[in-house]
Amino acid sequence: MITALIFYMFAAILVASGVMVISARNPVHSVLFLILCFFNAAGLFLLLGAEFLAMVLVVVYVGAVAVLFLFVVMMLDINVAELRAGFLQYLPTGALIGVILLAELLAMFGGWAFAPDVEAIVQHQIPAVGHVTNTEALGRLLYTDYAYLFQASGVLLLIAMVGTILLTLRRREGVRKQKVADQIARTGRNSVEIRKVPTGGGI
Amino acid sequence: MTFNLIPVLPELLVAAAALALLMLGVFRKGDSTRDATVLAIFAMGAALVTLAGAAGGGRQELFNGLFVLDGFAAFAKGMVLVASAFTLAMSLDYLKREKIGRFEYPVLVLFATLGMMMMISAGDFLSLYLGLETQSLSLYVLAAYHRDNQRATEAGLKYFVLGALASGMLLYGVSLVYGFAGTTSFDALAKLFSAHGAPSLGVVAGLVFVLAGLAFKISAVPFHMWTPDVYEGAPTPVTAFFAVAPKIAALTLLMRVLMGPFGELTHQWSQIVTLISIASMAVGSFAAISQTNIKRLMAYSSIGHVGFALVGLAPGSDLGVQGVLVYLAIYLFMNVGAFAVILSMRQKGRMVEGIADLAGLSKTSPGMAFVMAVLMFSMAGIPPMAGFWGKFYVFMAAVKAGMWTLAILGVLASVVSAFYYLRIIKVMYFDEPVEAFDRGIDRPMRLVMAVSTLVVLLFSFVPGPLLTSAKVAAAALFPAG
Repeated sequence: MITALIFYMFAAILVASGVMVISARNPVHSVLFLILCFFNAAGLFLLLGAEFLAMVLVVVYVGAVAVLFLFVVMMLDINVAELRAGFLQYLPTGALIGVILLAELLAMFGGWAFAPDVEAIVQHQIPAVGHVTNTEALGRLLYTDYAYLFQASGVLLLIAMVGTILLTLRRREGVRKQKVADQIARTGRNSVEIRKVPTGGGI
Repeated sequence: MTFNLIPVLPELLVAAAALALLMLGVFRKGDSTRDATVLAIFAMGAALVTLAGAAGGGRQELFNGLFVLDGFAAFAKGMVLVASAFTLAMSLDYLKREKIGRFEYPVLVLFATLGMMMMISAGDFLSLYLGLETQSLSLYVLAAYHRDNQRATEAGLKYFVLGALASGMLLYGVSLVYGFAGTTSFDALAKLFSAHGAPSLGVVAGLVFVLAGLAFKISAVPFHMWTPDVYEGAPTPVTAFFAVAPKIAALTLLMRVLMGPFGELTHQWSQIVTLISIASMAVGSFAAISQTNIKRLMAYSSIGHVGFALVGLAPGSDLGVQGVLVYLAIYLFMNVGAFAVILSMRQKGRMVEGIADLAGLSKTSPGMAFVMAVLMFSMAGIPPMAGFWGKFYVFMAAVKAGMWTLAILGVLASVVSAFYYLRIIKVMYFDEPVEAFDRGIDRPMRLVMAVSTLVVLLFSFVPGPLLTSAKVAAAALFPAG
């Protein structure tokens, strides 16, 4: 009973904030509603007993992705009025494509069939509930059966990093950077100079 | 549980070399592009040797079937390694001369090669996807490598956005297939489809999405729009790389996916492949006629070649796969040689890319003109050259399977495409020279030109080694027959 109530609460807020994401006038508000969305989705995962996914959703999506969005939105200074300029003009075409896509998806999922032994195949890899926690079960799979894919993802991320540095890093001339080591190594001897100033003259 | 890592040794070697060269470049003072490139070529050679050692003895599976090494994979990996090493060798002097040398270049080429090898050896949709992304991500960066050039950055951005879209389609298709079967393993899927006969609508939709995603990677029509712009915008050695190794890798991957998990659904995908093949041949032949830039011409030519290769794939037969492998091997040498010529097109120290700039090449540098003429004759498919045999084998496979329309359309497209290949020869031999190219072709270029011309010329006399190894490789895809 209480679980059902909590579920409906999370679900209702999730849907409502999802609507607000696309209808809010201020893009910053949109991003904040998106964060609310993520939190509620995390709540739903918790109800399902998938605590690891809930944590990852909050840490990765709220902590990194949404904050990145927020930075982008605030820095790019998007003109919302300009973005919506052609809205009515493109509406019919867009709506038509949307309706066609929807019909296709309905046709496909209406006639959806599962392979007869799909349940056995899927459950083969799931350890009995209660034996291990989510995190442990995922970790066991990731570091044993899927070690190859795990390493491959690592290489992929390294390439992304190398690529970003290659395409954006520039060494500029004449930039005054703070060099802490130089500052610490500086002594009175090499920074203070004592000169005799003749009376009535300058240096 | 014990691991036998021998089959994956070539990949490990390439990955380790990439990491080591990255460290070398970061920690060494001064420009280490040249050293890193030479070392990368050696690493590829070493990988080729270990591949030859590891590949013997039938099909080997690793990591619960995520990674497969069989004769087919070994053949394709060999081609990819050779192509990558050739293109790296060709870029040595270009990078120095254009002053865009940075040590990340060979590192990224190595990573792209690693991705291709992973794709070729994929035994599961997950490893397929990760290999594909490893390759694509490196290629996106390489396309935009010359970052101060507006055309190069445009090419990189275009490639990235469209490539991401294609990856999305591929993933959507994979998720539909997974939704039906509950597994992404190629072997399990093949068993499932052979046991249950007619697939549901959802699986067919998934198959179509997977095909669309892969068709983008081989730049087959109607997913070819990015190709001319990216080929023209990217630095020429990168274009040479794009035109050969990734095409070979993606086409072999396509063959493995269609013959492996979807092997029982041949009648479902055969019509799609036929259509894509005809459209690619048509666009590749007709659109290339009006081109004036040789890099754009090569882009359309590569679209056409992919169409011809797909002719061999359409019947879904042993013979067809063998034909495609022979075609790809010959395509490798033709394209590498042609790009070596294009990279030597310099007037007064700057690169030129117009077809008109080739005018009178036979008088100013007869050797280069001869090489280009041989390669163009081969690409057009004129008999004594190797290109004819490549086309012959794929068309024969289609004819044997009773696909007469496809074969006839292919021959017609080949005739049309002969027009623009022969036009280049006409420009070189019968037009008055405008301005001579700079003297002194770089040594790696000469080597590449000589090797590719010899292969193209001599294949007709010694076809044995390539034909038998392609046959063995193709047989590995059909364990029952």
